[in-house]
Amino acid sequence: MLTTARSQLRILARDPILLALVAVIFAAILIFVVYPLMMVFIASFQERGEWTGANYALMSERRLYRNALWNSLSVGALVGLIGVVIGYLAAFVLTRLDVPGKRVLHYLMIVPIISPPFVSAVSILFLFGFNGLITRQLLGLQDFSIYGFHGVVWSQVFTFAPIAYLSLRGVLASISPTLEDAALNIGASRWQVFWKVTFPLSLPGVASAFLIVFIESMADFGNPLVLAGAAFPMLAPQAYLEITGSFNLARGAMLSVILLIPSITAFAIQRYWIARRQYVTVTGKPTASTSKIVSTRVKWLLYALVLLFAALVLMFYGVIFVGAFTQVWGFNYTPTLDHFAYVFDVGFKTVTDTLIIAIITTPISGLLGMLIAFLVVRRVFPGKRALEFGSILSYAVPGTVVGIGYVLAFNGPPFILTGTLLILVLCFVFRYVPVGIQSGTAILRQIDPSIEEAAQNLGASALTTFRKVTLPLIAPAFFSALVYAFVRAMTAISAAIFLVSANWNLMTVQILNQVGSGRLGVAAAYSVVVIAIVLFAIVVINAIVTRMTRHMNMVKF
Amino acid sequence: MAESVHIHNLEKRFASPDAPGQEVHAVRNANLEVTPGELVTLLGPSGCGKTTLLRMIAGFEEPTSGDILFGERRMNDVAPNRRDAAMVFQSYAIFPHLSVYENVVFGLRLQKLSDAELKARADKVLAVSGLTSMANRSPNQLSGGQQQRVALARAIVMEPKVLLFDEPLSNLDAKLRDQMRVEIRDLQQRLGITSLYVTHDQIEAMSISDRIVVMNSGNIEQIGTPREVYARPASRFVAEFIGKANFPEAIVADAQTVDLRGVKLPVPTSGNVGDKVTLVLRPEAIALSATEGDFAATVRRAMFLGNVAEYLIEIEGLGEWLVDVPNPGEKGLLDPGQQIFASPSHSSLHALRG
Repeated sequence: MLTTARSQLRILARDPILLALVAVIFAAILIFVVYPLMMVFIASFQERGEWTGANYALMSERRLYRNALWNSLSVGALVGLIGVVIGYLAAFVLTRLDVPGKRVLHYLMIVPIISPPFVSAVSILFLFGFNGLITRQLLGLQDFSIYGFHGVVWSQVFTFAPIAYLSLRGVLASISPTLEDAALNIGASRWQVFWKVTFPLSLPGVASAFLIVFIESMADFGNPLVLAGAAFPMLAPQAYLEITGSFNLARGAMLSVILLIPSITAFAIQRYWIARRQYVTVTGKPTASTSKIVSTRVKWLLYALVLLFAALVLMFYGVIFVGAFTQVWGFNYTPTLDHFAYVFDVGFKTVTDTLIIAIITTPISGLLGMLIAFLVVRRVFPGKRALEFGSILSYAVPGTVVGIGYVLAFNGPPFILTGTLLILVLCFVFRYVPVGIQSGTAILRQIDPSIEEAAQNLGASALTTFRKVTLPLIAPAFFSALVYAFVRAMTAISAAIFLVSANWNLMTVQILNQVGSGRLGVAAAYSVVVIAIVLFAIVVINAIVTRMTRHMNMVKF
Repeated sequence: MAESVHIHNLEKRFASPDAPGQEVHAVRNANLEVTPGELVTLLGPSGCGKTTLLRMIAGFEEPTSGDILFGERRMNDVAPNRRDAAMVFQSYAIFPHLSVYENVVFGLRLQKLSDAELKARADKVLAVSGLTSMANRSPNQLSGGQQQRVALARAIVMEPKVLLFDEPLSNLDAKLRDQMRVEIRDLQQRLGITSLYVTHDQIEAMSISDRIVVMNSGNIEQIGTPREVYARPASRFVAEFIGKANFPEAIVADAQTVDLRGVKLPVPTSGNVGDKVTLVLRPEAIALSATEGDFAATVRRAMFLGNVAEYLIEIEGLGEWLVDVPNPGEKGLLDPGQQIFASPSHSSLHALRG
């Protein structure tokens, strides 16, 4: 074991730059992923410098905490369930059925993924709040409250069903329709084909999508903070309130650990158990993938349901857009630019801060993701699995936990980063790098390794190979990693809220403050600005990546 | 420019992917000397270790023990990008994002050559490979044979010390394979680059090699010229892998003669009188006659293959033999059940050692 490690290091040392790179990445992951988590654990077992389990004892003593745990778990499970049903339906209709407008519907389905947090929460307030358009103006309800369980669930379903859709889309598209044809051919009815062939084949994907949504829901901070209300405590906002409201770091840390347990468990199940059970039935032959297992009536019924969800998406965004230009929602619907004037005047520094942070974070996170994917798939070195695990671990750790971890870890020596630009950038880079790593590894595993060996064989060092061959080949993954990093940096809240300062503030935090003080119009205006920037950035990143990969054709070494 | 290659006691073991704790012995104690300008093929069935051996020479696999030398220089600790051993990959491994020209000059660019020199060398190689008109095409617009040429051009433009081929023709159809075989051999001889060539196709190996290294489950079974390995195979494996053969058992009569069921045949052996030896009897080295011969036989099966007729005959006490008779179109085909006589050609007999 040790001898193999030594010989692996010896081979790696032939490329000193590579060896140095691996060492740096290892150190960075230890410091910025593992160390903050450790600090959370330590803090949760301490009370004024003494080791104690007292914080955890509170879990059973205080009903507030017990309720928070139970509420978070039940919301997560229900949102997972509804999200998967919607996601499966949409994925099935948009990949397997011959219906009009698939492309547009696909984009409408995934829009909520790139939107800032609170969009659905604020929309729900606009529509169903105390002065909601539907509840108050249309139905004239006086005592209806959207706050609590149902508000959070609906808001999260809207936010996270698209994630289930995206992941199930891949699963359904990879089930060869010839299998359904074969089953029909040997006499199965349509219903039997679905329940005996299509559904069982997609079951691992369904389980995986459920767990992903569950993890997202558990970690969600924005929706519960706006919509849960005082009577309905949930873990993530409760941990935040312990720290910012009562300045009790130990209890916040303890709640973080409690929050971490179901998330990590779900993540481990998803990654190490279900992922191995996914079926791949793609035959390599092009398949006309129109499914014949639903009758025309059922087809249009399913299509109508997808249209309904898409219409909801449109409505939510429409409401935000209109709200941003409306004087006072619920009382005075006069069009106005006041809210935008506020954003670009009082709030303009936040806009530039957010942009600077996102622009710095994006390329670092994207490149690092591709580099780690390259190292993990193509190189052998001791501790490779640990590196891979460490680098994707942060995907499963709720942002609140990361935020508290960073506060605990970087508030004092040896690393004092509180209040700096650096702490936000580092937090974002390491939080959002896993998506790049995962899409990078997925593409890389499908690329014949001899293409990179050929580059090496012709004299290219590992880094040159990565730059000139690997990176252009995995450009699609690079693109999605960049987009993801940018979008998340623009829309992050759960970890960032602990790390912002007077010097470096974020638009999402501003949105939260505006919602908190009841100025939904300004919040909506901020949201519109974020959405506009994100859409613009996607176009720009696409152009850069296309250009970069084409440019490589001619570039000198 | 051409360099010799020396392989000394080379071993490759790695942990078995199926059985934890167990080792797979991919290459055992390999020894090989390749002289400058020589083309040596590594021939064997899949899993025999030939590709592993080649990849160790290229630097993509780490030997467990033993040495690899190019000329005087030990290469074990030299990184693959500094070995100057250009490789032609089985999958061609053409950079899909680069044009044909950029594929060819990829390695030259890394050497920071001047644009003029770069272009001069590339143009020469493109012309030799018949790719001049396709220089600006994208690889996915090329046929399999053209891609193969790009892979070859990209390797030889480097003017490497050693050329390595990893089953370069296995993805081509039969006709193109024959043609490319000739092209590769021509080019290699013209440039005089020391070459190692992995293949599982014995015809390919016979037709292009100066010498063949026959491998089986990690071991080198025999090293020799194509004629040597065919005419005097060192083992039953070699005899069976290169061509077809019958293996009747004979008894040593004296140092120059063996007794095959009463018939004395001139085969030199090293064994003692009375020892059993296995003969290698090639199907084409057996003559059939309706009237006379060494052994009476019955035709069991007859197949017309165009250039030869392939018979399965049965000889009492010796079992079934495969026999090839040339030019069946003119001579006609024997019928199954027919009684005939079979006589081994005395000049091409060979006895396996031990």
